[in-house]
Amino acid sequence: MIPPSFDYHAPDNLEEASRLLLANPEAKLLAGGHSLIPMMRFRLAEPAALVDLRKIPGLSGIREEGGSLCIGAMTRESELEKSDLVQSRYPLLADTTRVIADPVVRNLATVGGNVAHADPGNDHPATMLAYGASFVASGPSGQRTIAASDFFTGPFSTCLEDGEILTEIRVPEAGPGSGGAYQKFERKVGDYAVAAVAVQVQLDGGRIAGAGVALTNVGLTAIQAGAAEAALVGSDGGDAALDAAAQAAAAAADPTDDHRGSADYKRAVVRVLTHRAASSALARAREAS
Amino acid sequence: MSSHQISVTINGEEHTREVEARLLLVHFIREEVGLTGTHIGCDTTSCGACTVLLNGVPAKSCTVFAVAADGAEVTTVEGLGNGGLHPVQQGFTEKHGLQCGFCTPGMMLTSKALLEENPDPSEEEIRWGISGNLCRCTGYVNIVKAVQRASELMKENSDG
Amino acid sequence: MAECRGLGHSVQRKEDARFIRGQGRYIDDVKLPGMLYLDIARSPYAHAKITKIHEDTAMAVDGVAAVITGKTLEGFKLAWMPTLMSDQQMVLPVDTVKYQAQEVAAIVATSRYAAADGAAALEVDYDPLPVVVDPHEALKPGATKVRDDKESNHIFHWEHGDADGTDAALAGCDTVVEQHMHLPRIHVASIETCGCVASWNPVEGHLTLYLTTQAPHAIRTVVALVTAHLGLAEHKIRVISPDIGGGFGGKVPVYPGYVLATAASVVTGKPVKWIEDRSENLQADSFARDYHITAKLGSKDGKVTALKLDTVADHGYSDAAANPSKFPAGLYHIATGSYDLENAHVSVDGVYTNKPPGGIAYRCSFRVTEAVHAIERMVDLLARENGEDPADFRLRNFIKPEQFPYQSALGWEYDSGNYGAALEKAMDMIGYRELRAEQAEKRARGELMGVGISSFTEIVGAGPSKTFDILGIKMFDSAEIRIHPTGKAIARFGTKSQGQGHETTYAQIIAEELGIPPEDIQVEEGDTDTAPYGLGTYASRSTPTAGAAASIASRKIRDKARKIAAHLLEADEADLVWEQGKFHVKGSPDRAKTIQDIAFAAYTNHPQGMEAGLEAISYYDPPNLTFPFGSYICCVDIDRGTGQVRIRRFVAVDDCGVRINPMIVDGQIHGGLTMGIAPALLEEISYDADGNITGGNFMEYLVPTAMETPHWELGETVTPSPHHPIGAKGVGESATVGAPPAVVNAVVDALWHLGVRHMEIPMTPARVWDVLNEHGAAATR
Ligand SMILES: Cc1cc2nc3c(=O)[nH]c(=O)nc-3n(C[C@H](O)[C@H](O)[C@H](O)COP(=O)(O)OP(=O)(O)OC[C@H]3O[C@@H](n4cnc5c(N)ncnc54)[C@H](O)[C@@H]3O)c2cc1C
Ligand code: FES
Ligand code: FES
Repeated sequence: MIPPSFDYHAPDNLEEASRLLLANPEAKLLAGGHSLIPMMRFRLAEPAALVDLRKIPGLSGIREEGGSLCIGAMTRESELEKSDLVQSRYPLLADTTRVIADPVVRNLATVGGNVAHADPGNDHPATMLAYGASFVASGPSGQRTIAASDFFTGPFSTCLEDGEILTEIRVPEAGPGSGGAYQKFERKVGDYAVAAVAVQVQLDGGRIAGAGVALTNVGLTAIQAGAAEAALVGSDGGDAALDAAAQAAAAAADPTDDHRGSADYKRAVVRVLTHRAASSALARAREAS
Repeated sequence: MSSHQISVTINGEEHTREVEARLLLVHFIREEVGLTGTHIGCDTTSCGACTVLLNGVPAKSCTVFAVAADGAEVTTVEGLGNGGLHPVQQGFTEKHGLQCGFCTPGMMLTSKALLEENPDPSEEEIRWGISGNLCRCTGYVNIVKAVQRASELMKENSDG
Repeated sequence: MAECRGLGHSVQRKEDARFIRGQGRYIDDVKLPGMLYLDIARSPYAHAKITKIHEDTAMAVDGVAAVITGKTLEGFKLAWMPTLMSDQQMVLPVDTVKYQAQEVAAIVATSRYAAADGAAALEVDYDPLPVVVDPHEALKPGATKVRDDKESNHIFHWEHGDADGTDAALAGCDTVVEQHMHLPRIHVASIETCGCVASWNPVEGHLTLYLTTQAPHAIRTVVALVTAHLGLAEHKIRVISPDIGGGFGGKVPVYPGYVLATAASVVTGKPVKWIEDRSENLQADSFARDYHITAKLGSKDGKVTALKLDTVADHGYSDAAANPSKFPAGLYHIATGSYDLENAHVSVDGVYTNKPPGGIAYRCSFRVTEAVHAIERMVDLLARENGEDPADFRLRNFIKPEQFPYQSALGWEYDSGNYGAALEKAMDMIGYRELRAEQAEKRARGELMGVGISSFTEIVGAGPSKTFDILGIKMFDSAEIRIHPTGKAIARFGTKSQGQGHETTYAQIIAEELGIPPEDIQVEEGDTDTAPYGLGTYASRSTPTAGAAASIASRKIRDKARKIAAHLLEADEADLVWEQGKFHVKGSPDRAKTIQDIAFAAYTNHPQGMEAGLEAISYYDPPNLTFPFGSYICCVDIDRGTGQVRIRRFVAVDDCGVRINPMIVDGQIHGGLTMGIAPALLEEISYDADGNITGGNFMEYLVPTAMETPHWELGETVTPSPHHPIGAKGVGESATVGAPPAVVNAVVDALWHLGVRHMEIPMTPARVWDVLNEHGAAATR
């Protein structure tokens, strides 16, 4: 399986990258290449040109700033795995990165690529929805910030416009009483999810003051399960609330029958995983209180 | 379409070639440079037979364009021992961590990086660490033992 | 004297030296001057008429040198080739494709990349035809006919045993269990795919074929037979099988790509390389299994009495199995397994469907896995129907040690065994009774755990020439040993290692017999110009056949060495005593000549009237097969929420007779077990109603990683084979054969109280959850 020919560019600044994208509507950005190159090898993608982001400075790194955890788009999954900051304060993100692909793939796969690729099977989109993250994009008309909830417009499609490049992901800074968990069910290591659930909660006293619940690979995009969030918010996080949230999440899922299982099965898995993720998220939030 | 002059340092030796943009790093290593210890076992980035160290970290070289490795340092199995045998190579032989040998170069490079990060991994950590590399022959038990043995040898070496 | 490290030593492998340095030489490492590359365009349809191949679309691509179609091959009478089962298989279709991913045209180009571009650019017009994928449908009157050259989709009916006697015995049983089971298509998926480099020398009329083959000699003969009309002859064909990155049976057949590369080399006059992609490997190479089995097993007064298996075998569009010729269903009639029962009958009906051809092994000796699956599932069911623990039921019904050699109801003579000892050892190791107690407690709490047993009997080492041949060639195997003047040796074999460590184990056998240390013995295989003829390595036959040949050839050398020693020591031959590595005169241990002394003399001071040199060859025709066995016990936990089965522990007690190199034996078992649980839990290639494949790449064909593989616990018993020169039996496949029913029995055991009696494989989480859900046992958290 050999990829088709293309023109290759590796600009060293964002403006040039945008210009190259605009000049060539058939061009694509290249980040870690671990979604794009496999597709090109099967000739499911045949971009006329690739604009490699690797030489543009400032696109990778993890830091807390201005009330957010800022993750550069070119940050590798393995950097999240090795980041003490992420591991100690952002358990939902830590859980997520650990179950993406396999350890060798994670050395090259980028967080930005994962989000921008918008494969319904990608794991970060649901996590970002549950966090209420926002994405910084830079393009011909400057820089803008997009809420995760506005970002994913369909399978493999986002609201990024021609020439726009995702540069940074901003996750609300972890505070006391916050916690999250990602529960993914996969057939084996390296598999995309049969279903996965991201839950992020904010405790206030004994009560859940805020909650994010989102689902992976059970619809055309990652799905934010608003009703499940509502079932958690205001509750004490007891079994009844968790059950209600789990049922609501299952109802929000919109899976299809395929080789990973029937739609009924996947919905059932969403329900189970929501319960498990929520109880783990709560335990962590309590610990962080 | 576009072709590019690139320089990649493989096992300490710099190789400069004019390559097509789409040339995969694994083919650069195998066909252009002629180091055939790096293998190809799939077309979906699943098997890890093509694993090399790219700037020190294990990477599946079938899913990297050679142009994007311009200026990079690559270590392949041929560069592992540096003349002698690396403890990982020693461990794999002693513990029968290989049968057909096809997954072995990738498996050893992944193991080397794993041990450098975590010199004393548990069985679970080793299994987790090599889960991006498929082996069809060994059933992994002896690979785990090989990595544990390599860990001992590395400690002995650094003590001595 | 120095330890010679023959049998029973975990000698480190000789082959590792090159493998760990990346200096193995696999097929894709072969690069010849001026070499061209071949890629294959494949059919998107499972059944279609080809209305036009627009060769110009590929020829227009830069670097493309030739496009080969079925029409081109027809001109050379090469469009069809025989399979090893004497069926016919297309090299390229002249007008109709019969399965998805079938080869449609070959593109030859100056580089791998250009060849791929050519294959992608090639336009082909198709008229889709109706498709039949279900073998039961294919057998119905009026079904779409798969093969135009055949009367119907029914390939063969084969049966064995006493049908009437078995029916009568079943009628007389007080307990009969019946179960349908399907062993789906799976693929060996060795990490190296298949490939070849064909190099035709027009001046000399000579063909060199570098090939990923487990059976280089047989392939040379097949090539000679198929191409005789083109003027190729066997002495002008050299097949070289380089290092092989795993075989497991998948590198026994001849694939169209090999023939295409050869044809392309003849057409272009240049060497041509073809290396298949993983997707091509999974989608188009020979598959394994696909047996639909209806089984009946009966007992009377708690004693197993009668077995009946009726089977529909889906062979795809051609019977491309690699069985011995007289056995269209391989050694399936080992199905009475480890049990002493008097009545048995098995039948198999082979069927054509619109799927890739095959019916080869998956690390198993000719359909033994299918047989073991059937009997081990049925014995479990019957035990419970009798109200008895499956372990106790087995222990009572095993063939007893004193019954060996044992004549089975289906005609095999089992060489040796002690089944009870193996099972009891496994039960001890895993703590069987304790697990049963734990299970009872867990069940009371609503948790699902299960324990499953498989006590298999294997049949390997094909095989005796009176019954075993492939395309008429008897299934002997060979060893040729030459001792050099300095006492070092070279030994060549008709087999071909694919990771089993022959370079080491054969050297150990010779070391044991002659006292020459293994490191002084160079072992070579895989080059038909130098190695003696043999049928190759598959079906765990290397140790039983070529391993035996190594012993016999060594003993021939020892016989001559005795004569030379007598000459050197000026003693009578009859007065010489052999102890490992030397002859001494009876009563005077100091009057001795080592094998090295003798070797030197064989070239420098041999007795008058004797030919110089010290070498021997053996073509070993085994008197019987060997029957390795073992007992496996698997303990699983099931997640009621997701349906996931987790193997908590897996104990494997194997008896493969005398162990040559225990380290290598354990390695074979580890690998075999992994390839045993894989089809039980993960791997499957399936098709939708239109014949579209799922499971055709490594994202969907789920080969286990280290995370899905349990930590294997091994035990052993040793019951030597009485007829093998060193008592060894063969071990490469036991574990793959024995493991799957242990896992199924464990899962069914976990669900038994819910009313579950059977699970089809692979037992995916989705499938298990469906069963839980049906029985109201699925959890919501
Ligand atoms: C074997 C295997 C298993 C995998 N399993 C999983 C899994 O379980 N879960 C999971 O989530 N992912 C999985 N992946 C995908 C992996 O995480 C990808 O790497 C990721 O989806 C894309 O990241 P990338 O950096 O490789 O992007 P690339 O492949 O380089 O790019 C992907 C797409 O995003 C675009 N893009 C990239 N960066 C930007 C940017 N900054 N701005 C705008 N557009 C951009 C590209 O143009 C391209 O269209 C797997 C991949 C492999 C090979
Ligand atoms: S060849 Fe399989 S991952 Fe690269
Ligand atoms: S040793 Fe053969 S694939 Fe690992």
